[in-house]
Amino acid sequence: METTNKIRVLIAKPGLDGHDKGAKIVALALRDAGYEVIYSGLHQTLDQIIQTASQEAVDVIGLSIMSGAHLPICEKLIAMMKEQGLNEIRLTVGGVIPYQDIPKLKEMGVAAVFPGGTSFEEITKGMNSLIER
Amino acid sequence: MGVAKYIKDERGAIKEVIYQSGIKVKPAYGPEDLEKAGFTYDKDLGSPGEYPFTRSLHPQSYRSRAWTTRQYTGFGTPEETNERFKLMIANGQNGLNVAFDLPTQMGYDSDHPLAEGEVGRVGMAIDSLKDFETAFAGIPLDRIGSGLTINAVATIMMAMYQAVAEKLGYSKDQISTTPQNDILKEMIGRGAWIFPVEHGVRLVGDSIEYAVKELPKSNPVSICGYHIRESGATPAQEIAYAFEIAKAYIDNVVQRGIKPKDFVGRFSFNFNVYGNLWEQIAKFRAARKLWAKMLKNEYGVTEKKKLFLRGLFGGGGSGLTKEQPENNIMRGAYYALGAALSGAQTTALCSFDEAYTIPTPRSALLSLRTLEMLMDEVGLRDTVDPLAGSYFIETLTLEMEEKILEEMKEVQQMGGMVNCISNGMIQRKVSKQAYEFEKGLQSGEYKKVGLNPESKEAMADKTDAGAVELHEYNEEWAKKSKANLKELRRARNDKEVTDSLKALEKAARGDENVMPYLVKCCHAYATVGEMTGVFRETFGEWNEPEFY
Repeated sequence: METTNKIRVLIAKPGLDGHDKGAKIVALALRDAGYEVIYSGLHQTLDQIIQTASQEAVDVIGLSIMSGAHLPICEKLIAMMKEQGLNEIRLTVGGVIPYQDIPKLKEMGVAAVFPGGTSFEEITKGMNSLIER
Repeated sequence: MGVAKYIKDERGAIKEVIYQSGIKVKPAYGPEDLEKAGFTYDKDLGSPGEYPFTRSLHPQSYRSRAWTTRQYTGFGTPEETNERFKLMIANGQNGLNVAFDLPTQMGYDSDHPLAEGEVGRVGMAIDSLKDFETAFAGIPLDRIGSGLTINAVATIMMAMYQAVAEKLGYSKDQISTTPQNDILKEMIGRGAWIFPVEHGVRLVGDSIEYAVKELPKSNPVSICGYHIRESGATPAQEIAYAFEIAKAYIDNVVQRGIKPKDFVGRFSFNFNVYGNLWEQIAKFRAARKLWAKMLKNEYGVTEKKKLFLRGLFGGGGSGLTKEQPENNIMRGAYYALGAALSGAQTTALCSFDEAYTIPTPRSALLSLRTLEMLMDEVGLRDTVDPLAGSYFIETLTLEMEEKILEEMKEVQQMGGMVNCISNGMIQRKVSKQAYEFEKGLQSGEYKKVGLNPESKEAMADKTDAGAVELHEYNEEWAKKSKANLKELRRARNDKEVTDSLKALEKAARGDENVMPYLVKCCHAYATVGEMTGVFRETFGEWNEPEFY
């Protein structure tokens, strides 16, 4: 099998929200920046996201959340990742995220938060620094 | 999100202006432009209220009646939403535009595992008729019409609206509801789809057929260029794709032996208002004209009122920025001005805090006041279509018409809208454009106040404090909804529920119209999750095509 050293990212849309423009354009931007991007499609359960992430051996999961449910979703996903021993995968989240929630997300173990309005450059820089760490 | 491209010389003078739809704008327009385009008053405009309705649907437009305002409202439990409905009506709003939470939109009850964390969050949680009885208590359903912003399960909500009206003492002839019910646009943008394309379209067809026969004052479908535009379509594509979607629904209903003239008058539309002001105005004027022409020439509709492009022109969500949120107050006012200059019949305005979360009462009222100022204070009701005859606006309207027709032709050449959505062609195209616009915005190629690199000091302010008072999500709503649901399941007549669901399944499997069966299910207090469950079993779920 051909191997590459491209960073592998799963852009995932958890839950019921279907606003996927943000997820799709970030997927396109990361792909243009040289990442290997897998897009989950809509309405994914957290189990499905974990399964895809581990099957595809991704380095980073990028959740896109617009509904306001980012705190409960991230909390649960992190617990599930720990349970399954996926400690190597970094979790990032973007979408409609009030700035005041960023410290809470970081405390939970989210590696980086990219609220709406973050530039593609900031996102790729942020992702790169996670992997270099 | 891009608005228009401005190519400047070294001194900052504008050399070229290119609108998103691909139209180049000249520094000045004169009579020669209209002459070159072959413009005539009767052919291209017509008097207000006359075919092809470019100027207005009604002879006196806002002079005879101001626009209807329908702020998108709903959150938490039906109790909270009922209170907010009453607040908006007490403050002069004359129609409702109901927001449902995601579990309801996706056909899950509040106690479903997938509903966790989402109950009552982005709209109100509805599990059964019981909840509608609470939500619409004390609302005069014979006078106040309700838009129901729901799509995949719109048939269920439409049936429930009839059921609640009957419970509250109204007859189905008195009520007016406009479920959004545009499943094809959900598949392009917004994403609240459940069933495969052909079943989704069949349900839309069922609801149109039912409304034609049983709900004389309701408008069974509101076709949304709005969300297609939000997903990255240009203004010309927004109209073109909406019209091609409308044709897909028309075809479905015609196959049932119903003539277009008997139902197209019930279609309404929902279009977006953000972007370049002139391009939006030209878009709406061209759209009214094209819709009337299409119905007349392609579908043989002749009665005047049935040629009207009715609908809500408003919103503007994608134009708002998270940075410097107060700027959105002014931005919204300009978008609303564009809607008023376009003769919008019904309108609503996104509130300035919507880049954060759903609006607070304060910001929702601010939007309503913005709309009132245009009608009651600064003179937008004075005369019909005040920009008519402008060399620029009339030339631009003709150019928009051409662009819209080009985009429609492309869809037709690719086998029509159902085909273009099933194979993902439209979704890929729109996402790619959204990406290009976003890049242009980040590089400063498109100007957006408070967002471009040159307004960096604004970007540095990454706090919400002071700027926006956030609508708070309350965990209690989910607990309350779940408790109500538990009580409902205990109290209702199980046999009635089971029998009505069985009858629904039979109709869904065959080709009988599901609507009368849904009304019976609702009256038996079957839940949204149970009714949708029948459809899920029968129709299966859609697999999204790849988007790369």
